[in-house]
Amino acid sequence: MAKPKLALYWASSCGGCEIAVLDIQEKILDVANAFDIVFWPVAMDFKYDDVRKMEDKSIDLCLFNGAIRNSENAELAHLLRAKSKALVAFGSCAHEGCIPALANLTTKDAILKWVYKDSPSTVSLNGGVYPQTHTKMPEGEIEIPEMWGTVKSLDQVIDVDYYVPGCPPQPFQIWNVIEYILSGKPLPPKGSVLGADDKTCCDECPRERKEKKIKKFFRPYEILPDPNECLLDQGIICMGPATRSGCGALCTKANMPCRGCYGAPPNVVDQGAKMVSALSSVVDSQDPNEIDEILNQIADPLGTFYRFSMAHSILKRVDKI
Amino acid sequence: MGFEPRIVAFLCNWCTYTGADLAGVSRLKSPANIRVIRTMCSGRVDPTFIMKAFDLGADGVLIGGCHPGDCHYAEGNYKTLRRAHLMKKIMQAYGIDEKRLRLEWISAAEGDKFQEVTTTFTETIRSLGPLDWRKRIGQGDRVENPVTV
Ligand code: SF4
Ligand code: SF4
Ligand code: SF4
Repeated sequence: MAKPKLALYWASSCGGCEIAVLDIQEKILDVANAFDIVFWPVAMDFKYDDVRKMEDKSIDLCLFNGAIRNSENAELAHLLRAKSKALVAFGSCAHEGCIPALANLTTKDAILKWVYKDSPSTVSLNGGVYPQTHTKMPEGEIEIPEMWGTVKSLDQVIDVDYYVPGCPPQPFQIWNVIEYILSGKPLPPKGSVLGADDKTCCDECPRERKEKKIKKFFRPYEILPDPNECLLDQGIICMGPATRSGCGALCTKANMPCRGCYGAPPNVVDQGAKMVSALSSVVDSQDPNEIDEILNQIADPLGTFYRFSMAHSILKRVDKI
Repeated sequence: MGFEPRIVAFLCNWCTYTGADLAGVSRLKSPANIRVIRTMCSGRVDPTFIMKAFDLGADGVLIGGCHPGDCHYAEGNYKTLRRAHLMKKIMQAYGIDEKRLRLEWISAAEGDKFQEVTTTFTETIRSLGPLDWRKRIGQGDRVENPVTV
């Protein structure tokens, strides 16, 4: 019997998700044994045209990582959607926009201006040249993708069957997903989040929690936290209460706060709003001025609470301010 | 036609909602711009509700709760107080004027304060103009056709 066909692709991605797949270590050989890998640009030489020539729905499983921030990302998302039976938004960028989607807090113009004109490390030629989508050369016209004004999660561009959260997804969870699919068990309902659990990061965290009362917030480098006590109790912003479990509380075990990469827990629509709610309960003051003083110690609340979920936030992007 | 602000008001059952009722039976005129949603406690107003209201077209959000010390559930309104302050910071970072969110303590006996707050808040929002959040965010929608390269 022919092996099922597997494709992996990266759109606007840091490459970490791809490496996480390799981090399942020797089990990658099982993957190679079980699947016919038909497209995986980071590891093997395929061309887009190879994919274009495939029959529709001929790929059984496509793990798509990275956000959609330009026309090439979108084209490949549509192409792989057409060719795939089950398409997975793999990793936080594809799931909820992740770091790339923080760009939605500013504008395309502002980004281009900074990168190609104003940043101190930029040497401007002729006052700064922006990348052009079309350039005439003696050999013909060169075309490069067009950057979009808004960074989108994968499901804001195409239909997605499943989500695997994490920045990147933890290898043991990736293996759980692959093993599940290989087992031939019936697939879970469309839209399911796979490779994660159904509680919050706090449920997996071994730290001792007390009644939280916070008068002062610290950034992680400002104090040496007690290794056994809840970090939030110690005034370090920990996204644990607003984050889905599944990674095994990896960061808090390493004495770093959870930053929220597994996304919102089940039944939470907006991860940042959940964090606003959680923090509002623990700030230790009933005086408006003091509350402001305490809250002002949180550097960049928006970027902190939505570091991974900006594209999925209720209020989404600001086009112009 | 001039701009008529749309204001969503989350009022707690025990104080402000009853205060609004009192304003009504006392025949105090309040602006018709206020759409009241009754919650059991101002502490029930999840930040998600506030965001949803802006996203769905509200120009302003009013939260009304019991005076400090008077909360039916002891602490709910203090939570609301801290939440409103944090929400304002989030709103600012998004580029939404923090004046579009207002928190007021209005007791069951303060029909006149309800009238005053709703009137001045409506005027504040009128002077800020429409928020039109959905229009401003733009491009949030699905791209229907593949881009051909
Ligand atoms: S989810 Fe994280 S690891 Fe994966 S591509 Fe995005 S930034 Fe990189
Ligand atoms: S807030 Fe952070 S440190 Fe505290 S229990 Fe939750 S995950 Fe652990
Ligand atoms: S602890 Fe939080 S930030 Fe760290 S891997 Fe887990 S979900 Fe991600």
